[in-house]
Order: sequence, then structure tokens, then C-alpha cells
Amino acid sequence: MSEHNGNLLSVNDLRTYFQTEDGIVKAVDGISFELKRGETLGIVGESGSGKSVANLSVMRLIQEPPGKIVSGDIVFDGIDVRKLPIDDVRKIRGKRMAMIFQDPMTSLNPFLKISTQLMEVTQLHLGHTKQQAYEHAVEMLRKVEIPAPEKRVDGYPHEFSGGMRQRVMIAMALSCEPELLIADEPTTALDVTIQAQILELIKGLKDEFGTSVILITHDLGVVAGMTDKIIVMYAGKIFESAPTRELFAQPANPYTKGLLKSVPDPAHEHGAPLYQIPGLPPDVAHLPPGCPFAERCDRAKDICTKEFPPFVQINEKHHSLCHFAKEVYAASGGE
Amino acid sequence: MTETNGNALIKLEDLKVYYDLGGGGLLDRITGGSGERRIVKAVDGVSFDILKGETLGLVGESGCGKSTLGKALLRLTEITGGRAMYKGSDIAHLSGRELREKRKDLQMIFQDPYASLNPRMTVGNIIGEPIRTFKLADSKSAVEERVKEVMETVGLSRRFIKRYPHEFSGGQRQRIGIARALAVDPEFIVADEPISALDVSIQAQIMNLMKELQQEKHLTYLFISHDLRAVRHVSDRVAVMYLGEIVELAEGKSIYEEPLHPYSKALISAVPVPDPEIEEKRERIILEGDVPSPINPPSGCHFHTRCPYAIEECKKIEPQLVEIKPRHFAACIRISPEHPRIEDVARE
Repeated sequence: MSEHNGNLLSVNDLRTYFQTEDGIVKAVDGISFELKRGETLGIVGESGSGKSVANLSVMRLIQEPPGKIVSGDIVFDGIDVRKLPIDDVRKIRGKRMAMIFQDPMTSLNPFLKISTQLMEVTQLHLGHTKQQAYEHAVEMLRKVEIPAPEKRVDGYPHEFSGGMRQRVMIAMALSCEPELLIADEPTTALDVTIQAQILELIKGLKDEFGTSVILITHDLGVVAGMTDKIIVMYAGKIFESAPTRELFAQPANPYTKGLLKSVPDPAHEHGAPLYQIPGLPPDVAHLPPGCPFAERCDRAKDICTKEFPPFVQINEKHHSLCHFAKEVYAASGGE
Repeated sequence: MTETNGNALIKLEDLKVYYDLGGGGLLDRITGGSGERRIVKAVDGVSFDILKGETLGLVGESGCGKSTLGKALLRLTEITGGRAMYKGSDIAHLSGRELREKRKDLQMIFQDPYASLNPRMTVGNIIGEPIRTFKLADSKSAVEERVKEVMETVGLSRRFIKRYPHEFSGGQRQRIGIARALAVDPEFIVADEPISALDVSIQAQIMNLMKELQQEKHLTYLFISHDLRAVRHVSDRVAVMYLGEIVELAEGKSIYEEPLHPYSKALISAVPVPDPEIEEKRERIILEGDVPSPINPPSGCHFHTRCPYAIEECKKIEPQLVEIKPRHFAACIRISPEHPRIEDVARE
């Protein structure tokens, strides 16, 4: 068990930059968060917000060059992952922390049988013999509810549907009963009825194994029902972090408020225009001096385009990156 | 027939689009095939009207045939059977020249603004091409003037006319796609997943833009999407499609608040709501299994293999789209105007 205030993972002031032709892109620029055992954290953001890079950094999967973790601590169960030699990282990765991606077709090897791919993980990390690994593979497929697992285990990825492939990925990720599962847009490529199946499965397995989960998504609906707390990212920064219920009930950041309002609500009458955040997400290689959201923000004042906003503490667990965080928080309380 | 209304701009009658994949021959049998001819019934007998000035939403999961249906309306794919009437002529049987003329009225917006714009053409040429094709402006400068006008209509600066698609963001590219469709002053636009590739904050912009343009130019839309929240927001009426067939058709409000067909119920209940309190309480109908292959789909009601209410007859009888409540149509033998709630029927 960990002695770090019960935190399984704590990330402190993480910065991951990329060298590009366009200059230095600060994809992740000073983010901090913590995750307790058994807890589920949602990371929400649009494309280019840095949500995926943040988690690839935690797994030490950043291609170097062009990328580099330039500063920060990533502490996983007392181990400083950032300073660990890569060979030691490999012993943790896949065993104690695992990841699933958006597109299961590109993350499975099309030339290898499902059984071979599943067996590789436990043979490497748990020292399973071939026989043990094979039985374990069948057992894992059964756990993720693949019908007739003893037959399907010898199939190839192309013989599985999108939803079934994502189940295989989950089976592979959970093979060694990892303490941390990072799911990067796990249901984005799937149909809604299949998405519902996969989310239900992740929930069930999380309860069974007591796994901590980081769920990365652009869909506010997905995080609403799945997470304990949420981080909202924009332009490489955390714009807001709060317990899930509070974030939805009383957001303290204009960007979060805008995102929540721009999702169509089926309960409302159609016809009225939808709230829209004006403009485009910023070019992360050329960020303006003040708040990166200022030019799209409907309550921006002079100060917002000049000074970088403070990360204001609203209460013990709620923070917002905004010059007017407290005012925004108070205003959304009355809505 | 779902609607007999003088205001119908498009009238589909038993529309069919089949793709023959071959098979069933000697070679197939020798190589251990099923021995059956494999036919994809992408659109399998669809009948509905699209009224002038409305947005008809078409929802369904991948492989249900919704995109094929959209393409068939513009004859971007050949129609196997049935009729697609537009202003008294059947799109299915137009000759090459007649069809080209009609395409001025019937336009399309695509899902992927990265793939649907030629990367080697400037924005001016992309939007100007249909104007030149249909000879809507007589001089070079007149074409350019019209292009600039359309660009402004969709919220693009006219200064960008010499730029290439890669210089724009996804949302801006979708605006270029919309501008190209609008350049010829069409009457009807098929929008095939126009917002799925865009970020959340940009989706709202595009939906609002399409709505504004509709009011300004009296456009009629077929809005195809798998995103039920978006479809509900933009559509007057919504059609739900499953394996080539329309299973339910009604006003957006009725379909969301009181879906009748078991598939629509499951589809709507599967959409996660951005509200933790609702999410915690609600009961989801989780369908088992995947959508079956549209190659030789299940007999009878195509949904019977996944339907929690299916009975023996569902395997045999092909349900017709019937008016269960006023202006609310569903294709399910388990429900009827007397018993519209399938839960009640199932309890009996």
C-alpha cells in the first residue's frame, strides 16, 4: 500500500514540450493532479488540449525527440516514474499500469492471433508458462464477455467487430490486474449501443479489480456517469478541476461553462440556437500572452489578454484557472 | 405510406439499394463458401416524405444504410428499386444530362472536411467549380465575386480565397464544404454526419450556421448522424434506421420523449447525458451483441436477434411502418394503435 496520502498516482507540475518546425509546442504545460486507489478521474478537452500527451507522459510513451518531458514529477505508488530507467519503466508498464486506446484495430497486431497477443503480456510480466498463459487468455476473454472465448481466442483481430476488438484490448490491459488503467477515448470509434456495453464493462471490471481509472474523452456525457472527479484541459493547461457533481452543477470557469452549454439537451425545445463558443481553439505553438481562452471568452476583460490567469482555489477540491473564477463560480450557483 | 402531404419536396417509395457481392457460384461452393449469393441490402424498402423547408433527421448506427440512403437521393449510388421523386421526376430514372441539371438543386455536405476537399485546389476554385459548371456567373470576376459572397455567408473571410484547405482548421474546412454546396443555390441538402469530425465547441457553431442558412435560404435538409443529441437539436422530424429499414418516424420531441420501437428505446437510452445526477439514476437498456451483417440480414424483423421483446412471429413477419399514434410511425408487430407501449404488450 502506498504511504502518499493514499494517492496511487500524483503528477506535479508536469511539462511536456515538442520541438516542431513551427517552434516549441508546449503540449502539456504545468499540470498537477492526484489519483487515489479505486478512484476514476475524467480528463476532458478538445483536440490539441494536451489530454492525451499528459497520459502518454505518465506512461513514459513520449517519443523523444521531438517530444520531451522537460520538468515535473510523476509519482506512481512511491516510484518516481520520470527518473526511472526505461527498462524499469517497462516492468511497470503493462503490469501495474496499462492503457487502452481509441482505435483497437491499430493497437492490435493484425498478423498475430488474439491468443498470442494476450499470452505475451502474462508470459512477460507474470512468468506464465505457455499453458498457463493460454488458459489465462481464455479466462480474460470470458471476463470481458466475449462469447465462446475458448474458440475466439485463436481468431485474428480482423475477425472481430469494433466493439469486440475493444473488449480484447480491455482484456489485454487487465491481464495482470493493473492498479492503474488509462483509457484514452475508449468508445469514440464505437456506436452508441456498443459504447454503452463497453462503459458498463469498464465499470464492472473496475469494481471487481479495484482498479484506478483515468478516462480521457471529449464527451461530457461519458464522464458524467463514470467518474469521481474531472479535469478540464485547454491549451496544455488545467482550466478547471473539481469533483464530478460539483463541476456539472457549479462550474467556475467560463470555458467549462461554454462546453456544458454547447451540448444539445434533448429535453429542450429545438429551434432555439445553441450556445456556441466563438472562434477556434488556439494554436499551441503561438499562444497569446494572457489567458489562452481570452479571445473566445464572453466575459473577458482587459486583464485577461495581458496577464496569465491564476489557478484559483474555490474550495478544498475545486480549482479554476481564471482571473474571475470566484465570480464565475458564484454566478453559476444561481443558474 | 407515412405522410400524404402536398408539401413534400422529396417522396421516397419503397426505395431499395442493393449491392451484389457475388458468390453462390461453382467457385464459391468449391472453396467452401455458403453457396448463397451474397447481397448487401443497404437500403431495403424505405418510404417517407421530406417536406419543403424541414430538417429530417436520419439516425442509426454504422452499417445501417443511412449514408447509402443519402447518396441514393442524389444518385451518387445507383438505385436498385422503388422511386425517389423530386418535383415530379424520379431521380432513379433520370438520364445523365437530366441528372446533372437536377444536381444543381440537390447538394451534399460530407462528414470529413479533410477528405472531401481537393488539397491541390484553392478555396476559390473549390467553391467556384460548381458555379462555373452550372454557368451561374458569366465572367471570371463575376465567379470570384459570387465565391466571396458565399464565403461571407458561411462565416469565412473573403481574404482567404487564395488559400488551400490545409491552411484551415476542421471547423473552417466544414464551412468551405457548406459554401461549396450553397454556391449553386440548392433547394435540398443531404448533410452526412456534418459535425462528427469536429470538436464539441465547433459542433455548435456548425449546427447554428446550418440553421441560420436554412431560415435565410428556405433550405430543406436531410441531416444524417449517429449523434442523437445533435439530431434532436436540428431536426423537425426524426427517422430511425436499422439494417436498411426505417423502424420509427416521428417528430423529434415525440421520438425522444416517448420512443415506441424497442430499437429506438435502446438507442436513446444508450446516449450518455452530461448530468451526473441523471446518469446515476437512469436505467439503461443494454442491447446484447453487435449489429448483424447487412449481407443477408436476419429474416422477418431485422432487429429480432437483439430485441428483448422478440417472439417467434418476429422471425417470420416483416413489420410495416404503421401510424401508431397521430404522426408517429413505427414498424413493430408487437405494438399497435391500441397498444403503443411495448412494455404493456410484453407483460400480457
